[in-house]
Amino acid sequence: MSAFARLRETASQHRTMSVLIGWVIVGLGLPILASVPPLSVLQPTTLWIDGFSKAGIYVLLALGLNIVVGLAGLLDLGYAAFFAIGSYAYAFGASPQIGLHIPFWPMLLVGAAAAAMFGILLGAPTLRLRGDYLAIVTLGFGEIVPAVFLNARSVTNGTNGIGGILPPSAPGLIFTPVNPSGFYITMVLILALVMVAIYRLQDSRVGRAWMAIREDELAAASSGVNTVTTKLLAFALGASTAGLAGVFGASKLGYVGPEQFGFTVSFTVLAMVVLGGMGNVWGVAIGAFVLFEIQTVFLKQLNTFVHNLGIGFLANVNFLDYQYLLYGLALVGMMLVRPEGLFPSGRRRRELHDEPDDLGADEQGDDPSTRSVETA
Amino acid sequence: MTATTAPTPSGDTILEAKAVTKAFGGLVAVREVDLAIPRGGIVSLIGPNGAGKTTFFNVIAGLQDPTSGVVELSGSPMIAKSIRGWLEPVIWVMPTALLVVIAMVSMSVTGSSDIGAVLLIAALVAEVLVLLAAIVRPNWYLSLLKKVGVFRSARPNDMVRAGLARTFQNIRLFQNMTAVENVLVGMHTRLHANPADAFFSSPRARREEKSAVAKAQTYLAMVGLKGRDNEISRNLPYGDQRRLELARALASEPSLLLLDEPTAGMNPNETLEMTRLIGKLRADLGLSILLIEHDMKVVMGISDRIYVLDHGELIAVGSPAEVRANPRVIEAYLGQAAS
Repeated sequence: MSAFARLRETASQHRTMSVLIGWVIVGLGLPILASVPPLSVLQPTTLWIDGFSKAGIYVLLALGLNIVVGLAGLLDLGYAAFFAIGSYAYAFGASPQIGLHIPFWPMLLVGAAAAAMFGILLGAPTLRLRGDYLAIVTLGFGEIVPAVFLNARSVTNGTNGIGGILPPSAPGLIFTPVNPSGFYITMVLILALVMVAIYRLQDSRVGRAWMAIREDELAAASSGVNTVTTKLLAFALGASTAGLAGVFGASKLGYVGPEQFGFTVSFTVLAMVVLGGMGNVWGVAIGAFVLFEIQTVFLKQLNTFVHNLGIGFLANVNFLDYQYLLYGLALVGMMLVRPEGLFPSGRRRRELHDEPDDLGADEQGDDPSTRSVETA
Repeated sequence: MTATTAPTPSGDTILEAKAVTKAFGGLVAVREVDLAIPRGGIVSLIGPNGAGKTTFFNVIAGLQDPTSGVVELSGSPMIAKSIRGWLEPVIWVMPTALLVVIAMVSMSVTGSSDIGAVLLIAALVAEVLVLLAAIVRPNWYLSLLKKVGVFRSARPNDMVRAGLARTFQNIRLFQNMTAVENVLVGMHTRLHANPADAFFSSPRARREEKSAVAKAQTYLAMVGLKGRDNEISRNLPYGDQRRLELARALASEPSLLLLDEPTAGMNPNETLEMTRLIGKLRADLGLSILLIEHDMKVVMGISDRIYVLDHGELIAVGSPAEVRANPRVIEAYLGQAAS
């Protein structure tokens, strides 16, 4: 344990380096893991890689939502709206729909910027709201945005969506459904970059202001924090992360349609953030990855396994149909047993457990806040 | 930091409240209160429970707009009921109105609707930008308001920037943040790192952060919390939480400090220490202090001037000795004499 604690402390002192090293390990480790049994027996390695890049979209979404919900404490139930805006931005920029064929890489920035802009626009009217009321309004926005894309038929083809979206291109990388390695590498790069950015923001003046607002908005304002711009910044940055995910998702699938951005997406991402451990960047990423893999691989395999058992009444059960029931149960169970999530930040754990905790070395080691002080 | 000057209670005025009234519906919590705080002085505001002291505090800290009256900080008006407030919505609809008129004129002149459509989209964009500006209130928007004669009250964070800091009656720390982080949040207006600095971890930002942490530690030491930097603030003992709140307020480098019952719930020993601390801060930092306090020993000991509120109205002003002898004050506190 002490070796682990020491490792953790070193990691927190050299945050950027440790995040990059972490992503190199994850980026190389996952394909290796997928190419040897038992995983390679379940499904072909390319399918795993494809799944990992799709999981990356959700990890990205969860990281972005974690800025809004986990750091700034603003409950956003319409997060899929920004995912949609990023996706449609790329669809307009790189498909026969309008006739533009802008490359993927600049479009990443455009998608992020467009989503950030709408993050500010949708965030601005909600600034005075808190808690439940904020959740309801954001829920509304989350419904309005796909509805707009659905009904603006002349531009978006309505329910038919926009097809023929170009995949990215980069020298030496292959972006095809058969060989998704290019998508995988791109996603790992984006994730590593986003995570470094989030960690740096979290430990800066801006991150402190977010946390202060989450803890006590009135006291934050009275301490000089401009709550208006600080909250809008959280909305904008959270949304821009979703914009990145949207651009990537659209380029990967080659198609966008309004049905991809329903409430279930917002809900799933929120569940990922909560299960992973609000406020803890790696925890949220792992939570998103695990939930996505459960949803896409584990339940499918469970189906096959159970159907092969040949037990009468189980033969017709499709576990994928019960996905949200299982989510619900998992969330309820989580709230009862471990409300702070699987991998909580020290701060969140303190918030959710009332008894004051003893301040051992362990506690200080895993607290992201103390780090800046220790290095100083 | 404010230059260390000898306290000159008779010098110029740092904060002046003129006829401040705050009503909640029919209930007038504060009525026509005039109050002036001399630079470097300690002024106390006392009164029985429910006299309107905290409401008055909230008004001058920018948390609640007054129903009428003006609050001036260092001579410039910061807080008042908005003047010509109706002009602001006019500014909001101006770009749209202008562009719509141009669109209609150009459409009727050229006979083509294309220009009109473009101008209408431009109107929409302009409208969104102006409304956003009204929310964020950037400098150009504020100076525009000033130009057309609209006055809007400063927000709490504007007041902090202008040199006012406060503590709360019931401690409001960022409970799950460490002591040093609480102080660092207090330094928010005096730090400059923006998101881009943080993202690129610019040398400037790193230097600033490092010196900020060092400075935060000196603030903690100043209030007697040396070496407690990394303790979670909710785990601190009650008295230390009060001190931490004081350190957080000092971190914004105020010239005027508002203390709302700084010794509430303290034992006599702690109260004495806090009183000494307040006196020391005033001397060391050249602070002006406005104090709400129930403990008469504290008030009488350190105040240059005492204002007494009762039922929202100012019933007495003067030196501690004068106030102590004032029959109306005695009546407000102890009730009317039996015969």
